[in-house]
Amino acid sequence: MSDRLNVLKTYKLYVGGKFPRSESGRVYEVTTATSAAGAAGKGKWLANAPLASRKDARDAVVAARKAFGPWSGATAYNRGQILYRVAEMLEGRKEQFVREVAEAEGLSKSKAAVQVDAAIDRWVWYAGWTDKIAQVVGGGNPVAGPFFNLSTPEPTGVVVVLAPQESSFLGLVSVVAPVIATGNTAIVVTSEKSPLPALSLGEVLATSDLPGGVVNVLSGRTAEIATPLAAHQDVNAIDLAGADDVLAKELEIAAADNLKRVLRPQPVDYAETPGIERMTAFLETKTVWHPTGSLGASGSSY
Amino acid sequence: MASVFEYAPAPESRSVVDIAPSYGLFIDGEFTEAADGKVFKSISPSTEEVLSEVAQAGAEDVDRAVKAARKAFEKWSALPGSERAKYLFRIARIIQERSRELAVLETLDNGKPIKETRDTDLPLVAAHFFYYAGWADKLDHAGFGANPRPLGVAGQVIPWNFPLLMLAWKIAPALATGNTVVLKPAETTPLSALFFADICRQAGLPKGVVNILPGYGDAGAALVAHEDVNKVAFTGSTAVGKEIARTIAGTRKKLTLELGGKGANIVFDDAPIDQAVEGIVTGIFFNQGQVCCAGSRLLVQESIQDELLESLKRRLSTLRLGDPLDKNTDIGAINSAEQLARITALTEQGEAEGAERWSPACELPSSGYWFAPTLFTNVTQAHTIARDEIFGPVLSVLSFRTPDEAVAKANNSQYGLSAGIWTEKGSRILAVANKLRAGVVWSNTFNKFDPTSPFGGYKESGFGREGGRHGLEAYLDV
Repeated sequence: MSDRLNVLKTYKLYVGGKFPRSESGRVYEVTTATSAAGAAGKGKWLANAPLASRKDARDAVVAARKAFGPWSGATAYNRGQILYRVAEMLEGRKEQFVREVAEAEGLSKSKAAVQVDAAIDRWVWYAGWTDKIAQVVGGGNPVAGPFFNLSTPEPTGVVVVLAPQESSFLGLVSVVAPVIATGNTAIVVTSEKSPLPALSLGEVLATSDLPGGVVNVLSGRTAEIATPLAAHQDVNAIDLAGADDVLAKELEIAAADNLKRVLRPQPVDYAETPGIERMTAFLETKTVWHPTGSLGASGSSY
Repeated sequence: MASVFEYAPAPESRSVVDIAPSYGLFIDGEFTEAADGKVFKSISPSTEEVLSEVAQAGAEDVDRAVKAARKAFEKWSALPGSERAKYLFRIARIIQERSRELAVLETLDNGKPIKETRDTDLPLVAAHFFYYAGWADKLDHAGFGANPRPLGVAGQVIPWNFPLLMLAWKIAPALATGNTVVLKPAETTPLSALFFADICRQAGLPKGVVNILPGYGDAGAALVAHEDVNKVAFTGSTAVGKEIARTIAGTRKKLTLELGGKGANIVFDDAPIDQAVEGIVTGIFFNQGQVCCAGSRLLVQESIQDELLESLKRRLSTLRLGDPLDKNTDIGAINSAEQLARITALTEQGEAEGAERWSPACELPSSGYWFAPTLFTNVTQAHTIARDEIFGPVLSVLSFRTPDEAVAKANNSQYGLSAGIWTEKGSRILAVANKLRAGVVWSNTFNKFDPTSPFGGYKESGFGREGGRHGLEAYLDV
């Protein structure tokens, strides 16, 4: 068509609302899925992705912790608006994501489009959940005494999410959206070999009114990044979706040190409508007792 | 302080309970000796009298009990929920019928005052079974989808502070949802669980549905690690909870943990002082402070600190410590020599680190394990007694100036189980409760429990909830 040389994108991490390179200065080569490259088994070079280090992981925890107060304190309606805004932004950049998913997963354009459409719809689904989950899993408890007793779900805190290795975008969105919908903040470790859709998602989140630090995206070697995160004392929970059995066990042992909530890897069909389990896995229940007194009775204490 | 009133002793009669000289393990509906024949003694902590000799479970017994529970699971889980419900209703009723006997037994074996076992523990035990009985045939409506399935065999390890109540919290939801259980009571308080085994027989509960294994930590560890256990539920120390979490890593076992706490009881300057003092006393001296959700840190607003402490000290001087079977007793015995040593060591450390110690004049009985109500002032957040769970009748007093400071100090803990708020201002209650990172918050009250009310912690106080609809999730494959 034209002789113009493309401007290549430098993919960067997304931490605290900013786009740093890895502090280590390291990168690794990302290629197309081998199935797309044919029998040769060697993919076409796509980009040099940041190879995040332990220090990047710690920086992400600091950013996620800082963002937790405001994000968990935001109204559920506000969080829903922002998650819906993510879907709007993605819709406008659909072609880019279809291309990235097709290259990452070795899919045809039409199959990749199905994945991206479903991922956008998933943001919409969770956008609607933000102001409903509390009514579904919380409520008043009829205690046998003069008390108003109310249970309310609250976000667990800083959640590490190991994104699925295979489903680089729909799987990613399916594990990240439920975590932040309820007010948690997230550190996402992308699919190791297919990090580009996740890194591009960071760019979308940055322009969707999502406060910096609510989602932090790290690419690199899953085991290398996840190990310090699973042991980090200021992380409250970890979703092991992207870990193999051996790594998952190691991380679960490390996570026991400060009793992180652990969601073990399990077979999931990301094409299906999810249940609420990925939300409730990272919710705490707070129960508050209020005396009611007794109107008019002698010795009334209301 | 000399008491204004002298009380005549008012002991509850021991004759309502008949403790056998020895007890076996309860496996597959039968009492049986341990495979290696080991036994241990259960003593009364208030007198050091030997109450009974109990079979001590080992790994081989754990295996036998798990096999019995597995065998019973198929039929038990296939029963219509309405039938399981009726077994649990029967159990609840028999507990009510035998509640005086069980209260005296619990007081003897645990050392806590009879007024607590009689008025708190036993009514809550019966209520818990009654509550979960009603769930057994309504699980389709519990919010976990249609026909939620049980997990299988539940391995349950419980502590000594509320022996029968913790058993109820574990067994009632497990059975209602169709699981079978192997439960290990604490080594210092095995007796009420063994009486419960007898209640299961009276109720006609099918063999193997409930198995009780008295024993030590090694039996608990074997139970948790057993490969045919599908669910692990533990109440106890945070250190052991972490060890259990490591043990089951990489398995499919579902885990719930109810662990330690360092609850903040926050008193604002507009609080009704007399009510707050009662709440502080309930918060830390209920069950000699051997309560995971105890209000062991008093955070008092600086402007009322002197007044509050004066009232509190006056109130502590009226607490009656002594024979747990006496109906007037407020403070009973510490559960074991080991626990007494731990409390003693931590309070000595409190003094060594510079906090100021105070106790009312209080005569301690010459035999048994006793610790006077103790209050520490000049405590900072860095002090061990402000950070570590003491699990005894020891209150650490800290002060604050602003609500934000109160919240920050309350949340400055590895734990997050309970908290209390004392103020007359409704909006302040709601705002502060909202910011506290704790699973149970009591406003203008403390240490209230109910089977319908979910209980459990944030952070290192554990995960999962016991009680209410929430408590079902721990025992369902959802």
